[in-house]
Amino acid sequence: MTTYIIRRLLLVPVLLFGVTVLIFAMLQFLSPVERSALYVRDIPKNDNAINAIIKQYGLDQPIYVQYWRWLVGHTVNGVRKGGIIFGDFGYSRTASQPVVDLIRNRFPNTLDLTIWAVAPVILVGIWLGVQAAVHQNGFIDQAARIFSIVGTSFPTFVFGLLMLMIFYVSLHWFPPGRLSDWANQVVFSTSGNFHHFTSLLTFDALLNGRLDIFWDAMRHMLMPILTLSYISWATFVRVTRSSMLETLRMEYVTTARAKGLRERDVINKHARPNAMIPVITLAGFQVIGLLGGVVITETVFNYPGIGQAAASAAQQLDVITVLGFALFDGLILIVANLVVDVLYAVIDPRVRLA
Amino acid sequence: MAETIPSGENSLLRETIADRKIGRLEHFLGPENYRILTGLLKTPASILGFILIGFFILIAILAPVIIPPVTPNDPYKIPRDGYSSEPRPMMSDWTRNAPPLPFWWKPIMKTDHWVHLLGTSQGQYDVFYGIIWGTRTAFRTGIIVVLATFLIGVIVGSVSAYYGGAVDNIIMRIVDVFLTLPFILAALILAAVLTPRIGASLYPAIIALIVFGWMGYARIIRGDILSIKERDYVMAARVIGVKDSRILFRHIIPNAIFPTLVLASLAIGDVVLSFAALSFLGIGTAIGYADWGQVLSFARNWITSLTTYWYIIVWPGLTLVLFVMGWNLVGDALRDVLDPRMRGKT
Repeated sequence: MTTYIIRRLLLVPVLLFGVTVLIFAMLQFLSPVERSALYVRDIPKNDNAINAIIKQYGLDQPIYVQYWRWLVGHTVNGVRKGGIIFGDFGYSRTASQPVVDLIRNRFPNTLDLTIWAVAPVILVGIWLGVQAAVHQNGFIDQAARIFSIVGTSFPTFVFGLLMLMIFYVSLHWFPPGRLSDWANQVVFSTSGNFHHFTSLLTFDALLNGRLDIFWDAMRHMLMPILTLSYISWATFVRVTRSSMLETLRMEYVTTARAKGLRERDVINKHARPNAMIPVITLAGFQVIGLLGGVVITETVFNYPGIGQAAASAAQQLDVITVLGFALFDGLILIVANLVVDVLYAVIDPRVRLA
Repeated sequence: MAETIPSGENSLLRETIADRKIGRLEHFLGPENYRILTGLLKTPASILGFILIGFFILIAILAPVIIPPVTPNDPYKIPRDGYSSEPRPMMSDWTRNAPPLPFWWKPIMKTDHWVHLLGTSQGQYDVFYGIIWGTRTAFRTGIIVVLATFLIGVIVGSVSAYYGGAVDNIIMRIVDVFLTLPFILAALILAAVLTPRIGASLYPAIIALIVFGWMGYARIIRGDILSIKERDYVMAARVIGVKDSRILFRHIIPNAIFPTLVLASLAIGDVVLSFAALSFLGIGTAIGYADWGQVLSFARNWITSLTTYWYIIVWPGLTLVLFVMGWNLVGDALRDVLDPRMRGKT
């Protein structure tokens, strides 16, 4: 397994290099003036001043020089400007703040949403999938099949808009946004009574013992959670089911039955652990896929996460900001993919020994 | 003792292999590909899928007959009945800028002027017009993107598999890099970067979907070629001294390409979905272009009054769902046919 993990780790710098080159290549579509937002806050209107900035930051230099400066920054008068490895992604024109600050403000909200979207899918989805396999062609099985075909055909934004129409406009059950006004006042008051332990709102609310705020946050998150995860539900149940069905046909399951084990033990102790291998890979990919999914979901529900920020920046053609988000997402995903692959090797001896 | 004349017929074989007429199509495609094709037409779900797809093809072809363009030079511009922002209900009169009456209108509708069959959206864009002409947009984007991604995928995948070694390794790492960024975010950025350069049209989004959409095909075709490379008939061709390029183009690729081709053509649904998502987010086409995502995005400003203006999301949404579902139903059948565990169970 060590060789496998080492080989996998060696891939990380390759991917890091590739992703930065890819994003840098997209930056090259911008004019040098637009690219100067990587280093300076306010782009001057005056031609001479613009030229001075272009010269100063080397935006007219050969590509590889620019790439290097983009990576490690550029020192002007003893002050480092830019440099993505120091976390300086440039300045967001549309949000009027550094891109990194924007990410720092928005990412906890997205993470909060993602956790609540993923955890129930994994826990309940596996259970449902096992049930569907054990009772093949039964009710859960058929329902999952129909749901997955209808579900995958429903575009996220159509589904989201319909949810809004029914549960918000018609029934007034679940509002869009992040928090109600009163809760906002409590959470972000200057009195300091509300402690931000994790900056994940729901968890902070629980840790502060404010169930009312937890409930308010949940009310705002329920529709985005469902919109984000309805396709995952379908895929999860189906994959668990087919993996489980395959495992139940294995000879060691027959052996377990033949030696007189109870059916419950056969399923829970012999079949299910082995059927989980492809499911765990899928779980990893689902989490990764959600990072893309939040772009649309957060936009529809006006939920202040990184997806919504990226979409609104893209709409206003604020490319520096969007590329900053892409870079951030790329880094997260490289790590996430690594974790999934290593986890896979830990679980599946066939990969470990290969 | 009567002499047996060799007739070329083997009675033993005749007993084990049922006599089956091999049609021209099967002969042309080969047994494996033929099985895939017929497998697609077996289940009621996939037949329903084909019916849905056929229905949309019909709408796309007949668009000028269903609702003739107001400006024949630019039929994809949705005609506007005025400029006020508030949507107007279904069946309200079309006062300004109405299209010419098609021949079917009077006998069916019993009036001699257009009405907004499905209402108007924000800015008085006619929803019905957007849906009908948007069908053409959907097919156009879908076909362009699928063809381009398929071609790129096949070229990259076969080069990778054919040369193997370091080339293969480098190409596959490039594929990994392209797969690292979340698809919709990557496409969103590229489209946003391209829009100011090449202008608001279908192309920024199409190019973005192509650039980040070919990797799957490259991987599949690579895998298929790697397995076909080991087949006996390739070995046989090698033994009799056929040139490498001829083996690749005449023996390996034709046998490897078909499953990917079917897979790619069924991806039109997914492509249209992603395209609609991009234009829903406000990237790509100019405002008022007949495309489903655009029509849906008009609803974003009317969320608090969607119970009144439900028709501005329900009709375009339903169209998009049915379109994608058509392709998914057939695609689902395809996955069953291609599943190696199902082989031999036709």
